[in-house]
Amino acid sequence: MVYVYGNNIDTDRIIPGKYTKTLDLSTLADHVLEDLDPSFSKNVQVGDIIVAGENFGCGSSREQAPIAIKQSGVSVVIAEDFARIFFRNAINIGLPVLEIGKHDIQIGAEIKYDLKSGEVHDLTANKKYTAVKLPQIMIDILEEGGLVAYLKKNKTYNLS
Amino acid sequence: MSKGGKTISEKIIEAHVGHPVKPGDLIITPVDGVMATDTTAPLALKAFKAMNGKSVFDKDKVILVLDHAVPPPNERIANLHRLMRIFAKEQEIKLFEIGEGICHQVMVEHQYVKPGDIFIGADSHTPTYGALNAFACGVGSTDLAATMMTGKIWLKVPESIKIVCNGKLQAGVSAKDLILHLVGQLTISGATYQAIEFEGEAFEGMTLASRMTIANMVAEMGGKTGIVNPKGLELDYDYEPIYPDKDADYKKIFKFDVSNLEPQIAAPPSPDKVENISTTEGTKIDYAFIGTCCNGRLEDLQAAAEVLKGKRIKDGVRFMIAPASKSTLLDAMNDGTLQTLIEAGASIITPGCGPCVGTHQGVPGDDEVVISAANRNFRGRMGNPNSNIYLAAPATVAASALTGEITNPKNV
Ligand code: SF4
Repeated sequence: MVYVYGNNIDTDRIIPGKYTKTLDLSTLADHVLEDLDPSFSKNVQVGDIIVAGENFGCGSSREQAPIAIKQSGVSVVIAEDFARIFFRNAINIGLPVLEIGKHDIQIGAEIKYDLKSGEVHDLTANKKYTAVKLPQIMIDILEEGGLVAYLKKNKTYNLS
Repeated sequence: MSKGGKTISEKIIEAHVGHPVKPGDLIITPVDGVMATDTTAPLALKAFKAMNGKSVFDKDKVILVLDHAVPPPNERIANLHRLMRIFAKEQEIKLFEIGEGICHQVMVEHQYVKPGDIFIGADSHTPTYGALNAFACGVGSTDLAATMMTGKIWLKVPESIKIVCNGKLQAGVSAKDLILHLVGQLTISGATYQAIEFEGEAFEGMTLASRMTIANMVAEMGGKTGIVNPKGLELDYDYEPIYPDKDADYKKIFKFDVSNLEPQIAAPPSPDKVENISTTEGTKIDYAFIGTCCNGRLEDLQAAAEVLKGKRIKDGVRFMIAPASKSTLLDAMNDGTLQTLIEAGASIITPGCGPCVGTHQGVPGDDEVVISAANRNFRGRMGNPNSNIYLAAPATVAASALTGEITNPKNV
């Protein structure tokens, strides 16, 4: 299932501040997108996709926002572009994000994507998009499965 | 074509990495300080352990602050605080206790950040230190953990944009009105991935506190950092100001004449829905709030006290004040500001984030309207998605508490 939302979806709408003070991360999924789409957390299935407009994840630095999305089972967030801290956080915790610029993907569209090539194919509208390439260090972090695993292995940052 | 000159951000980064940089370069830079709060630290400490972090890179440069939910409203949060205290003790690092103040305020007051520094905070309003001529960025918890461990962070050197404000602000119009206006003009994504430089007459006479209000809302434009040109910046200690080169390259330069600016309001539910106060005047309010890292400092409380001196707020309106720090609270006590505000009808909350982020303390009810001196008014921000938040300068919040409707402080 593909969920489509608009521009400037802020972190308060992704996960309200009142739910962020916890280390029990599974509880975050119960409230994900609660103030934007109250039925989302009940309906979302593993492998679903979130598609959004510009500046997805603007607002607070709370890493609980991408964690809540990841915990809900969503496999990838595709947006025109992302807010900077959200984007870093998503890569760091291993939530795939693809920045594809202007698009007209509609609710319920059937989508295929490939994280390696960054290709996003809207099968319903028969349109293809290519995501902006990540900086090499982000690719390295993603390939390790996130920043924790990357640093556990490398002890420090390396620019390859 | 590059003209070869450097922006303030580029100069600060070059001084840290020891080689020339240009926008778009990936760099790994040492940092001068790292900070996390009770919202971001618990996850960061978990990540730090998972990375096999044994000790922080420098005991004097890693700081924890209890500010977002203080005092803790329940056992869950009390236990997160406890976790942070245990870690701080183990690692022999500084932890600011409940009531010491908001992270950004205490970092500046206690001089954990200084001009020319690169500072990383696990909070989106970390660019506030741009008021001090520092390069400061917000990150999330895992990035923060990595920086605590390595003393380094990877960054893309940002493109810079310059915002020039000519003219002097009119009496009664404050730094908050100016930055709200700029957020409205640039929009909430107007500076994404970019560094902002603020320059011009309007900033030159500003206090450090006002400059912090300006740099604070760089977060509401999506900026990576935002630095106020140090011209006119007076500090309690000597420092080497860093100015941009005359031929520095900016992606864009915005110019505004602000001499006729009137008080500004950001309407719900976004900080960039900014209007002149004349458009929203008369909107009924239930609740007025002054505080936060944007506007909880002494000059903000003084501006409110000036409006309220010898008067009483409107019956049926509640008025909360959360001073930005303990020393703000003490100063406001010593100079009589606090007495004026309490006599006018204000309730004073423990220094800290207070109602800003909706965790506890002063959550609005359904359909209630809040006028707040904070920096964000997203839906649900203060804990209730069925309330509406207008953002304004402290003087406007005080004037509105007085009349029960959004009011230009000039008219009371
Ligand atoms: S006062 Fe509000 S905006 Fe500032 S750090 Fe605290 S929660 Fe964030």
